[in-house]
Amino acid sequence: MHSKMAGLLAGAVMTLFGTSHAYSQELTIFWAEWDPANYLQELVNDYEAETGVKVTVETTPWADFQTKAFTEFNAKGSAYDLIVGDSQWLGAASEGGHYVDLTQFVKDNHVLDTMAPATVKFYSEYPGNSGKYWSIPAEGDAVGWSYRKDWFEDPTEMANFKAKYGYDLAVPKDWKALRDIAEFFYRPDQKRAGVAIYTDNSYDAMAMGFENALFSFGGELGDFGTYKVDGIVNSEKAIAALDAYRELYKFTPPGWAKSFFVEDNQAITENLAAMSMNYFAFFPALLNEASNPNAKNTGFFANPPGPGGDQFAALGGQGISIVSYSQNKDEAFKFLQWFIKDETQKKWAALGGYTCNKSVLESADFQNATPYNKAFYDTMFKVKDFWAVPEYAELLSQMNTRLYPLIVGGEGSSKDTLDALAADWKATFAKYGRGG
Amino acid sequence: MNPEARVAQQTLAPTAPRAHGMSDLAIRNLFIIPTIVFLIVFNIFPLIYSLGYSFTDFRASSNDPAHFVGLDNYRTLLSDPNIWSNFTITAKYVIISVTGQVIVGFGVAMLLNRNIPFKGLLTTLLLLPMMLSAAVVGLFWKLLYDPSFGIINYAFGLGTFEWLADPKMALYAIAIADIWMWSPFVMLLSLAGLSAVPKHLYEAAAIDRASGLYVFFRITLPLVAPILMIAVIFRTMEAFKTFDLAYILASQPTTEVISIRLYKMAFQEWQTGLSCAFAYIVLVMVLAITNIYVKYLNKVKER
Repeated sequence: MHSKMAGLLAGAVMTLFGTSHAYSQELTIFWAEWDPANYLQELVNDYEAETGVKVTVETTPWADFQTKAFTEFNAKGSAYDLIVGDSQWLGAASEGGHYVDLTQFVKDNHVLDTMAPATVKFYSEYPGNSGKYWSIPAEGDAVGWSYRKDWFEDPTEMANFKAKYGYDLAVPKDWKALRDIAEFFYRPDQKRAGVAIYTDNSYDAMAMGFENALFSFGGELGDFGTYKVDGIVNSEKAIAALDAYRELYKFTPPGWAKSFFVEDNQAITENLAAMSMNYFAFFPALLNEASNPNAKNTGFFANPPGPGGDQFAALGGQGISIVSYSQNKDEAFKFLQWFIKDETQKKWAALGGYTCNKSVLESADFQNATPYNKAFYDTMFKVKDFWAVPEYAELLSQMNTRLYPLIVGGEGSSKDTLDALAADWKATFAKYGRGG
Repeated sequence: MNPEARVAQQTLAPTAPRAHGMSDLAIRNLFIIPTIVFLIVFNIFPLIYSLGYSFTDFRASSNDPAHFVGLDNYRTLLSDPNIWSNFTITAKYVIISVTGQVIVGFGVAMLLNRNIPFKGLLTTLLLLPMMLSAAVVGLFWKLLYDPSFGIINYAFGLGTFEWLADPKMALYAIAIADIWMWSPFVMLLSLAGLSAVPKHLYEAAAIDRASGLYVFFRITLPLVAPILMIAVIFRTMEAFKTFDLAYILASQPTTEVISIRLYKMAFQEWQTGLSCAFAYIVLVMVLAITNIYVKYLNKVKER
């Protein structure tokens, strides 16, 4: 018995010491649970091969991502050395002291020259135009659209569409065409819908969905410099955008009251809708025949322009930041230096990650690699984002509360909804002493 | 050892001092102290600590220290119409849900409280819903309510009616799921109460040719009322705190019960001080409601 116990103890000690000897240094990156996190794990295996530093990408479901990250920040925990955090966290994480200031790193390593300008502006800089940077653009992303090419190219459908609307059925050239096509394909009796949009209001899905209409209709959330919202988020353009988004909901599949990226991809894979809104990061699954039986018949397009010709899309994606409480900050800096190298970014794109590296994005190799990379490239220069102030979660919560009954429940008018939202936001900014 | 000696030894053993082992006092402490420490560390301490936070503007997501703001948080919450709306929604949910559970649970218990074949098996099967996790029940009912393939619309010929997207129906839909899940609990307690009603009272009523309604209101209900009140107390407290079912099934502002609002305030918006104050308001309300019930229960028992 004694010898068995001694053997077990010796084994445990060997395991512990063996592990620590194998990796003298380790880094943990925290991210949400989705395909790009798996691609990142594949990428960082190269770093381990080159340097001997083991890098682990730890993930959690999207619904818990923000809560788990900030709980760890609040506890000043060192479980994560780096975090691939949402762009709207920048204010809360930088002002809260949770992110390491990367301004000098960005300057020394010419990040402003190597990454697409919009990505640095939205993923890294806070406050806006301050020249202070808190992350390195890691996963570029924006909302785009997928559609059923076979439905669009069906001669009967094309003829019927032209007869009804007076122009050719094709990839929508603007939001009006998007609406017409959605209406045209909406056939509940055939279990077909026109469009799949974001309606989930538990985090930022519905807000991002609406932003696609808002920005392309020429509307804005507010003045990011002065925090003025009244007359901006409830402007005529914003009201028209909300009317348009609300109308699209009428052409969604039944039960589309709480849908996000999973449901929107299912709309294409399960023949539910002709068009579907989703982040580009979720499009690889639509090209995979194992996950999409309609892979060969799936096409992609960028968010179309609004009535005034403005064309913007809601920004997704994240930057990678060093957590202030990490015990391995020096190693984390070395990792970032490796991560921003052109060859690393090229490999990152090849694995399926959406690089923000300018030269990779502009290369023909990247743009021709998938049917949606060109649309992604075009979109990444026309993106706008949500508020990144520390109280962004309150603003988001108020937006969800105001918009959901209108979009999904059909209650009230767009004007009343946005007027109420403007009042909510004005009160919130006043509470935090913003905007005088 | 003869049987008497063995019994004597067993009887004496727990109180006799041990030569090689722990004393009774040590054993008692071994069992009690960890529980007390656990309660202090995980219940009492956070309760007192959060009371302190409820008088500050503390935000857990920021590194700023907490500033004392007096009763501001309580004033803000109690003057916020949205918070009152959350309370109204919760009250409506509690009334619908608990009333439904009592009617269904007690009704089924009345049916089972007679000699029917497979009574034991039937009772066990009826208890299954309350043994499932609320998350599973939520996902299960989400499928039942699905407008495309859900069996509820099919069974009632409702076409593609969207239960969970309809702002007026969503709360009822959640309450129906809760009634399905927790009626068995009321049924179980009611069965225990019904089986304890003396049979001779029914026999006497039968001799007097009392009507069924008279027997129910004058014999059955008064005698089962105390145990039914206990079920109502438990279910009211639980329904007041409901989170999972409402969170999984719908995300309407019309279904935002106080626990969901509290969760968002505390863990999505990180308004820590304000959410602590909110939690205390909820705690006081639950205690007040429970107190009213307990007083009523005592009155019922005294009758």
